[in-house]
Amino acid sequence: MKDLSGWGRYPRLSGPLDVAFDIGPAAAATANLPGVVARGLGRSYGDAAIGRDNTIDATGLNRMQAFDPETGILATEAGVSLAEIIATFLPRGYFPCSVPGTRFVTVGGMIASDVHGKNQHIDGTFGDHVEWLMLALPDHRVIRCSRDENAELFAATIGGMGLTGTILSAAFRLKQIETGWIRQTTHVARNLSEAVALLRQTGTATYTVAWIDVLARGDSLGRSLILEGEHATTEQLPWGDVRFPSSANGRVGVPIDMPGWMLNARTVRAFNELYYRNGARKTGQTTNVPWDSYFFPLDSIANWNRIYGRRGFVQHQCVIPVAKAESAVSEILDRISSHGAGSFLAVLKRLAPGSGLMSFPMEGLTLALDIPVSEKLMTLLTEIDALVVEAGGRMYLAKDATQSPTTFAAGYPQLDRFRQLRSEIGAKDRMASKLSERLGI
Amino acid sequence: MSDIDQQAPPKSLLVIGGTSDIGRAVASAYAAIGWKITLAARNIEAADRNAADIRTRYEAAHVTVRPLDILETATFAGFLDQLDELPDTVVCVVGMLGDQTRAQNDPKHAAQVIRTNFEGPALLLEMLASRFVERGHGLIVGVSSVAGDRGRASNYVYGAGKAGFTAYLSGLRNRLAGTDVQVVTVKPGFVRTSMTADMDLIGPLTAAPETVAARIAALQMRPANVIYVLRAWRLVMFIIRAIPEAVFKKLKL
Repeated sequence: MKDLSGWGRYPRLSGPLDVAFDIGPAAAATANLPGVVARGLGRSYGDAAIGRDNTIDATGLNRMQAFDPETGILATEAGVSLAEIIATFLPRGYFPCSVPGTRFVTVGGMIASDVHGKNQHIDGTFGDHVEWLMLALPDHRVIRCSRDENAELFAATIGGMGLTGTILSAAFRLKQIETGWIRQTTHVARNLSEAVALLRQTGTATYTVAWIDVLARGDSLGRSLILEGEHATTEQLPWGDVRFPSSANGRVGVPIDMPGWMLNARTVRAFNELYYRNGARKTGQTTNVPWDSYFFPLDSIANWNRIYGRRGFVQHQCVIPVAKAESAVSEILDRISSHGAGSFLAVLKRLAPGSGLMSFPMEGLTLALDIPVSEKLMTLLTEIDALVVEAGGRMYLAKDATQSPTTFAAGYPQLDRFRQLRSEIGAKDRMASKLSERLGI
Repeated sequence: MSDIDQQAPPKSLLVIGGTSDIGRAVASAYAAIGWKITLAARNIEAADRNAADIRTRYEAAHVTVRPLDILETATFAGFLDQLDELPDTVVCVVGMLGDQTRAQNDPKHAAQVIRTNFEGPALLLEMLASRFVERGHGLIVGVSSVAGDRGRASNYVYGAGKAGFTAYLSGLRNRLAGTDVQVVTVKPGFVRTSMTADMDLIGPLTAAPETVAARIAALQMRPANVIYVLRAWRLVMFIIRAIPEAVFKKLKL
């Protein structure tokens, strides 16, 4: 039995882990093991990457297969990590079209969660750049899925949380870039409506995201730093700078669980105050930031999930459709700030619609926050989820550990079709995770 | 054009055991510095998988796969004749842990473990050694094991095979000492690989395949005779070898 808890370490879960070192054994395990789902690097926050009865460790599927420098299309096995992809291809001038907030994720995991980055409003999700994928089904078949072949299964697998079969390999596009630097411009928003307006104004920038102080109240509710980014060109680099800096990340770590009391309303409020003021000083300024600290700031702290203590934390990420976005986010922030125990990292971002059957993004605003687990938390989350449902929004399954089946069903209108497809390929009851059991998928 | 402008042709590496995790890591390390790679393996499909990975990661133009069964000693001469060129360096990572209990009761299994770890690798490297001598230079790296330093109840069939291989390499090194052909014995200690995936390994004594590969690639710059990949192993094995047999035989190791 292995500890297979998600990155938030809530809920705590363990189960048998079947390690697959090659495509064949991974496909066989998919067909032979009941109640199974594949797991990559375990960076989904809740209970998505642990099977109901069995879990396949897909990190042994770590071979790259082919790269075409003309088209930028890279084919790899599903267990190859984003970190390896960037380390290999950034020095050659290529970068993935979409990256999530950590690079310690696998290709299979990125497709199953249909991850998005700070450029989703323009460039779409990771799934939008997938050319094809090989999928192992519970009936021993291994099939190729793309927009032309098995198109519906392809759409269901992108964002399908591993529940349509095991992704064995995939091909996806990398884009050409001139340098490994991002030109970052900081804007300050004194409250939520300013933040929303600024996110709209900066909507033509390739990357845009807002860090939001969730504990600010009253007139300052929703005060934020909006961080806009563009890939720096060679001419924009100061003379003498390395074009493709290698990663400086991974030197610091959190060796043990921090005591729970260290993160309380007062310490977080103080941190947020400092962070906000520091950002406010830089308003309107543009600086060159290396790729790793721009895209993956938390990757520099190994095991950062331990700062939330032994009880773990929940990451809550919802998206609210445009029409009600500002009012709903405002209400959610109001609940969070009166609750007190807020988070360092709350993020607000504009999203465009996703293309997978079960993809998370929709036209609107997404709000993501980390909250340490406590007795009071579940009541708070129930209240917030009700606001999300009322506004016609939905929750991100890769982050989820707590939502109810009704909240889930309300947010995903294609759920019936997804269930039907699962029955058609014999995946119903066979491919099952703790998440699919909890939500009745 | 001056001599400095002329690039030396890329050197070539032959990996015997191109599907093992250490073999893959060694091939990757050499491909990263521009060497031509040949992977010899019994399972061609698995070797092709590694070859594609190395081509993709290192933009390596010359990665070839050649079939070789280490138990088919009669095919060795033909195998070497069919190589595109005689390699500059050969690294033999072939090994088979086997099952100690099964080996005690099944002579066929025991023979397979001993032949895979000793007979095949020794005979193949001997043939390469004479070709290297004839050419005038070459580096032979044999990956043996700390298990060969002293026989223990828990794995002595494997250990005996590796002990034989270690002794063979030692003799070969001695014989070739006056030539430009070098022979290096590598004892990795515990390595985190698919072969040891189910074992509980002691963290500080366990190396990653990439660490083993880095030590082997470093041999190009810094020659050596016998390498313990993690230095702690040299001390551990010194102690284990120093225990008097009367005491050692009663220990559970």
